[in-house]
This record gives sequence, C-alpha cells and structure tokens, in this order.
Amino acid sequence: MSGYFKELYDGGKSLVVGLGITFKYMIQPVVTLQYPHQTVAMPPRFRGHIDLVVDEEGNNKCIVCGMCQRNCPSNCISLTGEKPEGGKKKELTGYRLDFTTCSLCGICVESCPTDALLFSKAYNLAGYSKEEFIFDLLKRSKERQK
Amino acid sequence: MSPLPEIVRVLAFVLGAMAFVGLNAAFLVWLERKVAGHIQRRIGPKEAGPFGVLQSFADGIKLMVKQLVVPAKADPLLYRLAPALTMITAIMVFVVIPFGPSIVAVDLNIGLLLIFAIASINVLALLIGGWGSNNKYSVISATRAVSQNVAYEVPMLITVVTMVMIAGSMNLNTIVGNQGTILQWYIFPWNGSILLPVAFLIFFICAMAETNRAPFDLGEAESELVAGFHTEYGGMGFGLFFLGEYGHVFVGCALASILFLGGWQCPLGWLPGPHWLLLKTYLLVFVVMWIRWTYPRTTIYGLLNLSWKVLVPFSLAVLLVTAAMLKVF
Repeated sequence: MSGYFKELYDGGKSLVVGLGITFKYMIQPVVTLQYPHQTVAMPPRFRGHIDLVVDEEGNNKCIVCGMCQRNCPSNCISLTGEKPEGGKKKELTGYRLDFTTCSLCGICVESCPTDALLFSKAYNLAGYSKEEFIFDLLKRSKERQK
Repeated sequence: MSPLPEIVRVLAFVLGAMAFVGLNAAFLVWLERKVAGHIQRRIGPKEAGPFGVLQSFADGIKLMVKQLVVPAKADPLLYRLAPALTMITAIMVFVVIPFGPSIVAVDLNIGLLLIFAIASINVLALLIGGWGSNNKYSVISATRAVSQNVAYEVPMLITVVTMVMIAGSMNLNTIVGNQGTILQWYIFPWNGSILLPVAFLIFFICAMAETNRAPFDLGEAESELVAGFHTEYGGMGFGLFFLGEYGHVFVGCALASILFLGGWQCPLGWLPGPHWLLLKTYLLVFVVMWIRWTYPRTTIYGLLNLSWKVLVPFSLAVLLVTAAMLKVF
C-alpha cells in the first residue's frame, strides 16, 4: 500500500517537473531562423566557389600564370590573358569557372602565387540550367565592384 | 422579462453558439500551433496575417473546398452521420453553459446533468465513425475510445456528484452564483470539503481523457493507428471532427472553471461577466495544450490503470469525505 502512494507521489512529481521544463523552454527565445527573410552569416572559413580578390580600385592580383588551371583536378578552370600595348605584365582577360564540375577542393586557392583567389560566401545557388553555373569570374568581380 | 418570444431568443443563442464553436476552434488551432512552436522553440504559424492568425481560416477554406469522398465499402449513412453528430453534441452543450448572470440560452435546473448526457453522445459519434469507415484501424481506435470514455466517465461523474452535494444544485448559474469571490471558489479546501483540490485534479484529468486529448489521445495514436477513427475522413468530414474536438475541449475547461473557479464571477467581485469565464477557460485550455506538448502518449493499459486504480478510488474517497464533512459541519 505504501508502494502505491509512493508511486503516485513520484509519478506526480515527475509530471510537474516535466511541465516546468517545457514552460521554461516556451518562454525562452526561439532558436530557428526564418530562412528566406533572415540568412545565416557564413563563418570566415566557409568554402564556397572561388572568386577573384579585388582591391579598392577594382584591380585583381592575377598574373595569368595558369597555376590554378594546371592544378585543378576537375579541369574546371580556364583563363586567358594578354599583354596590353606598352605594358610589361600580362593582364587577365577572362576567367571561366565551370562550377558544375568543381569539387571545392581549394587547390587553386592554395597554389595561387599572388593570393588572387578567395572562397566566396555564396550559398544560395540554385538554377534552371547547367549554363547558369559556368561563371565568368572577371565579370563577377566587376559586378561586385559596382 | 425578455421582449422577444422564447423561441427566438433560444435560436439566437444557438446561432451564437454555432458561430462561437467555429471561431473558438479557429482560435484554439492557432493557439495550439503557437504553443507547440514555442515549447519546441520555434515560432509557429507566421505567414498568414499578423502572427499567422489567419492560418486557421486558410486551413478551413482548404478543408471546405475539398471534395467529400465516401469510401466504396463504407456504410454510407453512418459514415456521413458521425462527423455531424460530434459537431451537434459540441454545439448542444453550449445551451446550458452560463456566460454571464443572464447570458445563458436555457437556464435549466438540471444543466449539469444535460451536459453530461449530451457530451456522452460524442463517444457514440466516434464509435459509428470508426465502424462506418470499414477500416481496421478505425475500428480499433473506436473501441479504444469507448473503453477510455467508459473508464473516465465513472470518476468524472463521482466528482460531479461531490460538487452537486456541495453546491446543492445542478443549475450551473446557481453553482456559479455561490462562488462570489476567490475565497468562495470550490477549488479551495475550506469551502465544504478538505479534498476539493483533489476533486479539481480528478475532474481536469477526466475532462482531458474524455475529450481524447494527449496524453490520452489513444483514439488517434497516429504512430500506430494512422489517424484512428478519422483515418478515412477527408475535407469537411475531418474538419467537423476537428471542430468538434476543440468544442469539447472548450466545454470541458468551461465546466471546470464553472464548477471550481467561479465561472463568470470576478475573483475580487468587480464586474462579473462573460470575459471572466472566457479568461479562466482559455487559461485551462492553455494548460491542456501545455500538457499535450509535454508528455508522450500513454499506453492503453496505463490509461485504464490510471482510471480504475487511481482516479476511481480517489474520487470515491473524495465523495465519502465530502459527505461526512457536510453531515458533521
């Protein structure tokens, strides 16, 4: 008989404790993020697709050595460059990244001798066709400048 | 007293009750989803209208425009009758609930008895809905709902008998009238019987079980019985079951606040009126929701054991102690 009352007491107490826990959770702030309206700030080491580093005047640091292109295991980088008339150094005229085959390994960023590449923070990447994911990084860097 | 003929007054009240049951269900669905969200540290509905208040109406419109499909092997009459019956009982019990000193459709001297007589028909609706669907899960669920309702009707009615003994009346308005201020509420042990808080607890647990609310929602038990007795219902057939359930939850909580918390009376004696009944009832409804989102579903054995081994002996003890105390003092 005493076991009966003890069970009732313990059971009732555990129920009250449970209610207390859920009430505490209820008055605490919500932890979910309302995604389309709010977005997460990406951590500094987030590795998105690559982008060109641009300084304040809109110039990139690329010397068109082609290290990234040669080191890319997926063959998704192709870049072109030419010497401007009267200039000494080669300048970048086109940087094409085929993101559909990129494996985000980052060897291009590591191998760049002038640190001209960085990982972008873009993650809202969705599209209707394959062609939307063939990026012209030079054009993108000029667009970012604006 | 009233310039209108009696029948017009009652019809107006019935229309009001129907509108109230619908709006109440819309509000409670929204509230339930908000409470569930915040307990799980989410926001809950937020897109339809400010704070998502229009979400229930959007859901309602969706249910209403759906085609009513009667399964080929279902009993056509019983299948159609069940949702209507659960809704009818939910509306009918509003006839005797006093929202204020004079805001009551019929001031019946056996109002309490009428509520239990009608609310008991609800379990018949679940039974014929489950049977008429011709689905094995529905039938299992219906039998569960019946055994559960039979088990919980007993302690609930014993508790109600206790309350009738203390109040000396079955007229709900008289019972509320006896509880003028907070010190005269029947939940407190100095108002007739030392075990009144226990009686309130028993009544509240039974009301939750009678309305098939979690953690006693064995009739629905989606993890084992798909959706229980309303597995085969879609569109407004399901909608009526849903409206009826929330109507019954409201009635159960309203009855608890009328019997124990002074109904439309103000705790301090100022401005008695329907707002106090609604406030107390919605507070209890919130507790019901809070309980639902805290506890897991019980087993059928645990459920029946709780009734027959705990609630029935305790309610009998409350009855005997109350009878003795009323006789002695």
